[in-house]
Amino acid sequence: MKLRHLTGYAAGQPLKDQALEGRQFSTRATTAFLIILLAIFLLSLRYFYLQIISFEEFTARSINNQVRIVPVAPNRGLIYDRRGRPIAKNLPAYRLELIPEKVDDLEQTIAALGRFIELPDDAGEKFEENRKRYNVFDSVPLKFNLTEEEVARFAVDRHRFTGVDVVSYLARYYPYGDLLTHVLGYVGRLDVDDLKRVDEGNYRGTTHIGKSGIERYYEDVLHGASGVEKIETNSQGRILTTLERINPVHGDDLVLSLDVLVQQAAWNALGDRPGAVVAIDPNDGSVLAMVSKPAFDPNLFVHGISSKDYRAILNAPGRPLFNRTLLGGYEPGSTIKPFVGLAGLELDVITVESQVFSTGQYYLPGVSRPYRDWKKGGHGRVNILGALEQSVNTYFYQLAYDLGIDRFHDYLAQFGFGEPTGLDLLGENSGVLPSRGWKRGRFSEPWYPGETVIAGIGQGFNVVTPIQLANALATLVNGGTRLKPRLLYAAKHAGNEQADKVQAPVALQVPIVDPLNWDLIKSGMRLVVHGEKGTARSIRPESGFEIAGKSGTAQVAAQAANEDMDESTATHLRHHALFIAYAPYDQPSIVVAAVVEHGGGGSREAAPVARAVIDAWLSQELAR
Amino acid sequence: MRRIIPGWVKWPQLDIPLLTGLLLLMSFGLIVLYSASGESMDVVYRQATRLGVGLAALLILSQVPPHIFRIWTPWIYALGIVLLLATWAVGVGRGAERWLDLGLLRFQPSEIMKLAVPMMTAWYLHPRRLPPEPMSILVSCAILIVPAVLIARQPDLGTALLVAVSGGFALFLSGLQWRIILGMLALAAAAAPAFWMVMHEYQRNRVRTFLDPESDPLGSGWNIIQSKIAVGSGGLTGKGWLNGTQSRLEFIPERHTDFILAVLSEELGLLGVLVLFAIYLFIVGRGLYIASLARSTYARLLAGSLSLTFFVYVLVNAGMVSGLLPVVGVPLPLVSYGGTSIVTLLAGFGILMSVYGHRNFIR
Repeated sequence: MKLRHLTGYAAGQPLKDQALEGRQFSTRATTAFLIILLAIFLLSLRYFYLQIISFEEFTARSINNQVRIVPVAPNRGLIYDRRGRPIAKNLPAYRLELIPEKVDDLEQTIAALGRFIELPDDAGEKFEENRKRYNVFDSVPLKFNLTEEEVARFAVDRHRFTGVDVVSYLARYYPYGDLLTHVLGYVGRLDVDDLKRVDEGNYRGTTHIGKSGIERYYEDVLHGASGVEKIETNSQGRILTTLERINPVHGDDLVLSLDVLVQQAAWNALGDRPGAVVAIDPNDGSVLAMVSKPAFDPNLFVHGISSKDYRAILNAPGRPLFNRTLLGGYEPGSTIKPFVGLAGLELDVITVESQVFSTGQYYLPGVSRPYRDWKKGGHGRVNILGALEQSVNTYFYQLAYDLGIDRFHDYLAQFGFGEPTGLDLLGENSGVLPSRGWKRGRFSEPWYPGETVIAGIGQGFNVVTPIQLANALATLVNGGTRLKPRLLYAAKHAGNEQADKVQAPVALQVPIVDPLNWDLIKSGMRLVVHGEKGTARSIRPESGFEIAGKSGTAQVAAQAANEDMDESTATHLRHHALFIAYAPYDQPSIVVAAVVEHGGGGSREAAPVARAVIDAWLSQELAR
Repeated sequence: MRRIIPGWVKWPQLDIPLLTGLLLLMSFGLIVLYSASGESMDVVYRQATRLGVGLAALLILSQVPPHIFRIWTPWIYALGIVLLLATWAVGVGRGAERWLDLGLLRFQPSEIMKLAVPMMTAWYLHPRRLPPEPMSILVSCAILIVPAVLIARQPDLGTALLVAVSGGFALFLSGLQWRIILGMLALAAAAAPAFWMVMHEYQRNRVRTFLDPESDPLGSGWNIIQSKIAVGSGGLTGKGWLNGTQSRLEFIPERHTDFILAVLSEELGLLGVLVLFAIYLFIVGRGLYIASLARSTYARLLAGSLSLTFFVYVLVNAGMVSGLLPVVGVPLPLVSYGGTSIVTLLAGFGILMSVYGHRNFIR
């Protein structure tokens, strides 16, 4: 029993032949060992194949794994005003990036990140759209401009998020906010449409691009040249070391011809009325101020504007998104009179002696409908000087009628009416300088003489933009040299010590028949401010310098000719007030065109705006 | 009878060559682990502690004569089955219910089965006429299939197969007829489609990925591809200890556990791999030699099947790392960082030592 227990054999079973079993076992064990040898041999063969035969291939892939070529975005060029005040800066900021390939569940990760960092509802969709332009394993931005609190909160839980990282970068900032929006424009998130207009290779690491204004017009020089970096990363894509680096070339720094103080003066002078002011130096075509009001804060757009903020801007009164200086089409009204007068003198239709008797009503032969003067009972007998000083409509009715629409059109066209000025911003409106051809094309109708008459006082079909008006006056003031106005004053290329001055290109030289004719018009404009009966006597400076100008009123609603505007007229039906001016009279360094929408009379409402701009400019010029 | 009893009281000898081979392997493993863990002494200490515990188990078991194991075998096997069933009820762990929490320690009952199944098979075949008769074959198959199915349901396919194979080796070493072996292999091949049907989706994915890793290079193919890159870029002599970029930069998944061989291959090259294989080959060969010295059927079969199973670990792991086999969770024995498998493996070698130490005692 004891034996059976110890050997494990059941009762009745024959005792086994241990020697035979031992031999059998040895055979099997040997067979097994041979199979093992074969298996080890095959396995070794496999390792030989991988490590010796495919060595090169896998070495290359292993290097590829850890070394990545990443683009390095250049720093965007800074923008200054003409006195060197920074108006577009780059400030250090943080953004959240993630590598989609390293993230198991994108949706869930974005939702989880939302607990640390405020993300818009459509962050996921935006991200999906945005990531299309990135390579596999590239880090794609998810949220810009993190607050310090968000950065700190994320840092604590960073280990939980594979493939997600906070990256520092330089964010665009516009210190003057809405003051310069319509000039500078803004940068925004680079999207697929933007890529069509740039060299994609140079924008690999770039996240923002100029969307409007100067930022857009000079995008190619502001952006700079992208660099590359050879970096070693771990499998999480975290950068370990930089192996090689080709530095990016930062974008050109731009100096604009704007003067922030002049801009500010125009902005303040407009108050809360919608309007536009353009000021140009007639000597070089540089733009000194360009205000369109209301405006909006461009900084909102840099980090992706929320739909709430965007709706607020869209629904705000006065259309803040609308750039009135370039796109606003206004009837020039009486501001066109100096140009019409010059046409009359240069084309020998009138002389300084030519006089017209203003009775308050002007009739075309055979037409019973009167064309009115703004002053009941008329201005009496006036020549061109008096006609400008008092803005006598009858004088210009007669002059326009005598010129005829063809000569009227051709002469005024030389001053740039009816075409974009060629300013260095996109989207300029051409306005309308009517002609027979234009009317036929537009309305399929012939030209009527009555239309010539009202064209003489800038009504009817005439449409100008504030920039056009300012540039036309600059042309008149500087002796007929029509320049394409420039906002860009100088550009400093990376590495250069000095900024290169930019010259405004000449669009056209208006032929001068007799310089005295030009002086005559200018002295007429001087009388507008300095004459006894000048319509803008109220803005006459006490001393120091003289201003020349011309007021204008643009009709908004068709109005019976005998109906006068007064304070009781509803604001939105009131006429737009216009004023053009230049100063100093003897040696002009600034021309201004000001429009106050629904302001009513040009002299009363727009002239003080022009005056404020001139003061701001001249006080700085004198201080130099 | 008198001769037998004082015999096992005597201090048994240890097989010095086998012990040397094991110590060599463990030292080699610790060196590689230091690099694979990102130079973490902490990980190395913990691994060394486990090895120490395993060696203690080896020493203790080496003093127990084989027939004592044999007497206890049915109870150990029964306990294993009960614990496996218990994991169904109270198992803990992520997804796969492999762990049993016994308050102080959590362990995988399947680890017991790695020893219990070959023991039970050997126990069953021990008194029977060999080569086994058809009835014996059927019972043996049942002995290894029942726990294998239970483990596979956990689900832990790799361990289930290893457990079944360890029992199968006992059967093979008992002299199972070749025609039956071939017939079984053919049957297994024919059953593969049915097998596919009952597999979990993640298991199927592993097989799919294995068949074509490049089809999903960032998802489930990532492990295989990165592992192959690590191995291949190692070349003949490797990138040098602590210098493997694939491992240092964390491209190798599970680099200090299941894929530690990829780290070794990358840093020490083909030469390092061949040295490792040589050590394994020596250990397995020595194990088979010890088995052939045994005087009882039970001891022979058990020692032989434990040695062969040990080799299967190496084969499966090395095949997985080099992309020859699908990714299954089989560690590189005594080198991979990891819990209970080290203790189980060294306990197995304790049994081998016992067989060696008691080779001169009959039954």
